[in-house]
This record gives sequence, C-alpha cells and structure tokens, in this order.
Amino acid sequence: MLNIRDKGAAIWEKWNRPQRVTFALVLIFFVALLPYAGEFPLTSFLNTPITSYQATLVYPVAMFVLMALGLNIVVGKSGLLDLGYVAFFAIGAYTMGILGTTTGLNTWEILPIGIGLAMLSGLILGLPALRLRGDYLAIVTLGFGEIVRIIALNLKQTGGPNGVVGIPNPPAIFGQKFSLDDHAAYFWVIFLMIMLVIWMVRRFTVRRPGRAWEAIRQDEDVAALMGVNLLVYKLWSFSIGAAIGGAAGVIYASKVMFIAPDMFTFNVSVLILACVVFGGMGNMWGVILGASILAYLPERIRFISNSRQLVFGMVLLVIMNVRPDGLLPRKKREKIKQKEAK
Amino acid sequence: MRLEIKDLHVHYGKIEAIKGISVVVNEGEIVTLIGANGAGKTTTLKTISGLRKVSSGAIIFDGQDISNVAAHERVDLGISQAPEGRGIFPGMTVLENLEMGKFHRKNRKAEMDEDLDKVYTLFPRLKERVSQAGGTLSGGEQQMLAIGRALMSRPKVLLLDEPSMGLAPQMIANIFRIITEINKQGVTILLVEQNAQQALQRAHRAYILETGNVVKEAKASDLLNDPAVREAYLGTGAHS
Repeated sequence: MLNIRDKGAAIWEKWNRPQRVTFALVLIFFVALLPYAGEFPLTSFLNTPITSYQATLVYPVAMFVLMALGLNIVVGKSGLLDLGYVAFFAIGAYTMGILGTTTGLNTWEILPIGIGLAMLSGLILGLPALRLRGDYLAIVTLGFGEIVRIIALNLKQTGGPNGVVGIPNPPAIFGQKFSLDDHAAYFWVIFLMIMLVIWMVRRFTVRRPGRAWEAIRQDEDVAALMGVNLLVYKLWSFSIGAAIGGAAGVIYASKVMFIAPDMFTFNVSVLILACVVFGGMGNMWGVILGASILAYLPERIRFISNSRQLVFGMVLLVIMNVRPDGLLPRKKREKIKQKEAK
Repeated sequence: MRLEIKDLHVHYGKIEAIKGISVVVNEGEIVTLIGANGAGKTTTLKTISGLRKVSSGAIIFDGQDISNVAAHERVDLGISQAPEGRGIFPGMTVLENLEMGKFHRKNRKAEMDEDLDKVYTLFPRLKERVSQAGGTLSGGEQQMLAIGRALMSRPKVLLLDEPSMGLAPQMIANIFRIITEINKQGVTILLVEQNAQQALQRAHRAYILETGNVVKEAKASDLLNDPAVREAYLGTGAHS
C-alpha cells in the first residue's frame, strides 16, 4: 500500500528551513485562492453543481476541517472518545445568536466570549466525565450533546424550536466585507483559524502536553505511573477541543444568520468523528484531507440527488476497508527521532 | 527511607483482594512478595504506586502516610514502578519511553543525559535499540525498557511486578542479575514474583502471600531451605 504519509514526511525532513517556509507560503497562497477555483478553467472541475461552490467551501468544507482538527486533539491525540462534540459547536453558535441579537456586540467581540463559554462547558463536563474511561466517557459525552440541544429546544431565551433569527453578519475587517453572496471572506477567516490550530497543535505535540496526551492514549495507568496528572491533561485536551468547536460555532451562526436546535443533532458529532477516523486519527494532515473529502463529496455529487447519500456511504465503506487506519494514518514510530537542538 | 504497609485492605468492588497485610521494606533491601496467581501480589504493588485505592490501613513512606496521595505525585516522592506485563508505550521509541520516565521532573533536560547513560550502562541493548518503537522489541528487551524507564525518575524505591514473566531462562537470569546490580547502586527494591527460586536467591527478605494474606515472613535464605516452602513454591520438595 502506498504510504503517502511517510513519503511526505521524508521529503519534509530533508528540507531546510527556507525550503519549508517557501513551501508553506506557496501552500497558503493556493489555499487562499480556493474560493476562486470555480472560475478558472483548470480547476473548474471542483465546481459543485446545484449548490454554490463558494458556499460549500465555507460550510461544510472549511468548517468541518476546523472542527475535525479540534476533535482530533481529543480523540486522535489523547484517545478520549467524545461523541458529543456538536455541543460545543452549538454553544458557540448560540452565544453568537443570543449576544448578536440582544446586545450591540459584533462577531469579533463575541468570538472570544463564545470560545470562553465553550471551554468552560468543556471543563464543567470534563471534570466529572473524564474520570470515566473508554465507552463510559463516550456515553456521557453523547448525553451531553443531546442535553445541550434539548435545552436549546426548550428554553425561551434560545427561541425554542424556532431558534434565533436575524443574527448579524460580521462587520468588515480591512475593508473586506462579509456579505451573503461573496463567501471568500468567511473562508479566509476560517482558514486563518485552521492555520492557528495547526500551529498550536504542532507546538503542543513536541512539548509536555503532547507527550502526556500520547502517553494517556497508549496506556492511562502507565502514564499515571510516569507522573502524568491524568485529569489535568485530559481536561486540557478536552477544553482546547471544545474551544475550537465553540469558535466554529460563532462563525457559523454569524454566517448563516439563523440557527435552530435541529442543526445541532447527534449526526453532526458523528460526521465530524467520521472525518477524523476517515482521514487518519491523530494525524492532522490526514484529518484535514478526510474532512475536506467527507464535507465536499456530498455536495459534488448532488446531481445524482436521491442516491447521493448511498454513494457517500459506499465510498466510506470502501475506503475504510481498504485503509482501515484512515487515508493518511499517524506515523508508525520506527524512525530515529533527532534530538532537539539545544 | 522506609516503606511500611500497615494492615492494608483493598477491595475490587465488593471483593476483598487484600485482607490486611503488613509489609516492611527497609532502606537498601530487596524484599520479595511471592505467591500464586490471585494471591494479591500485583494488587499490593498497584496500591503502593497509587493505581488502586486503599480501603483501610496505611502506606507509610519516609514517615509520611501516602495512602491519599495521587499516583502521579507518588513518583515525585521517589516511588517508581515497572508495571505488570511490561507496560511500555508500544508506539513510542525506546528513547521516548525513557524520556517519559522523567516526565514528572520539570527541568528534566539537565539530568536527562546523565540518567540515560546510567540506564544504557545497565542495559547496553537499549542503546542499540534507541530509535526503535517499544512495541517492536522482544519480551526481554521490553522488560529492560520498563525497568530502565522506572529508573529514569531516580526512585528511592523501585517496584517490580513479575519481571521474569514470559521470558526465556537465560533472559530471566540476566534480568535478576541486573536487579541485584541496581540494588547495589542504592535503590531499594520491592519485587513481586512467581519465580520464587530466582526471587529468593536475590532478595534479602521475603513475604509469602496467599489469597490476600501474608502467611509467612522470613529471611529469603531461610525460606529457600524451608521444606514446606520448597514443596509449595519451588517444586523441589519431598516428592522430587
């Protein structure tokens, strides 16, 4: 089986710093141009029939990538199965919805509040739930996801089943307007967040939290014997994941201008988890690829309308059979790890 | 340094696995707990390292009752365990496994090279395998890694859970030779074993556990010559 992951890593390791920076900049440049890919003849095959290509690119594609990266920290890096990730997305979205319609705050001011609330709820859920292991944790998080949705469905402040209407779009930044028909600006904002998350996770991975998460994932008891404070590091992982979900929720609500409880069902949690598993649990690039494909594919094949979900399901089945560890699985650790330069 | 277990009771749910045992480990000793499967040897070790909760009784280390100290904090106090079934991190390299052994020390960089050298001197094989994933090592090498990793935290007392399990006789002899060597370097050792012959030859004192109770406590050399013990645990009694 072709191992793209190791090939890519080998090339990357051979490069020196300027080469890496150049590659990253070129990559960023081309990704930033993605909103206009539908207009170039060479890349017009990316165009999605029926739905707007730009809109698809923002939601679900970019949004799923962002959320999958967040969930990957929890599930892929630390091995904590979270089946209620949609809860944090919903908390971010409702924070934007309620504050955006009732106060004069704009999206950028609400963003840190939404992130903070999502993190806080991650902590509140995590404190009791993270003492549990494996399947039990999965069930508790699943319950939490449903609780958040049902609260939103029944509370007057959240508009009940009608949701929140008339959420303001973000105000312009650097003269770049956020309008209903031009989605490029949304894409760039989410792209920026994605890059921030990638940078953050890369920092973590080589430092104490990354080591602790890896140890916890491989063997919790032994990690404790090494002096890893299980609860603290699990809480970190959980609430960082929650924060990213919350950030995605704020931007989402501000973009679609209308949110309702039925947007935050268990399905979303499962779909994001599928992105992580499909791409390659624990490997960021795999997760990005997986989320892009799983988000994009249903829109691309929308022309076959009724059988589209069937085809989507079959693609999932086939790929997971051929590559059970995902498209780009995490590195098999057998190579020499260079000692970090002092 | 002195590790003392006083009237320890430990439960798994409603089942009482440890029914009031008392064990003393003095500084510089090798003390071994021997006994059959289910006697409570591993549970005792896990309770000392903090993975199991104490139901009643006390674990006194350096004059302080540590029964309620969290597992990850006991490493700081100087208690380090090489867990049962080796318990290495299979997806980490040998070096990364050893580095994890120093995780609890905030400024571990300074001591790292020194302690790695010490471990490599004890286990030259690990140095050859330094960049190999833990899971790809042989059983004996994994056991070496587990012991080496436990030493990285500079323990005062080292808890070893069946280091001979599943190893070839030659490797067992090798591991026990190294255990004696570690002890001579000043590390106190509490050794849990089913291989009573080897354990009693290496240890200073021994406790025999049966279904959660200490049934005998003596100098290891005395037990080696005790006919009843020979019959029950060494398989070389009157019938042979």
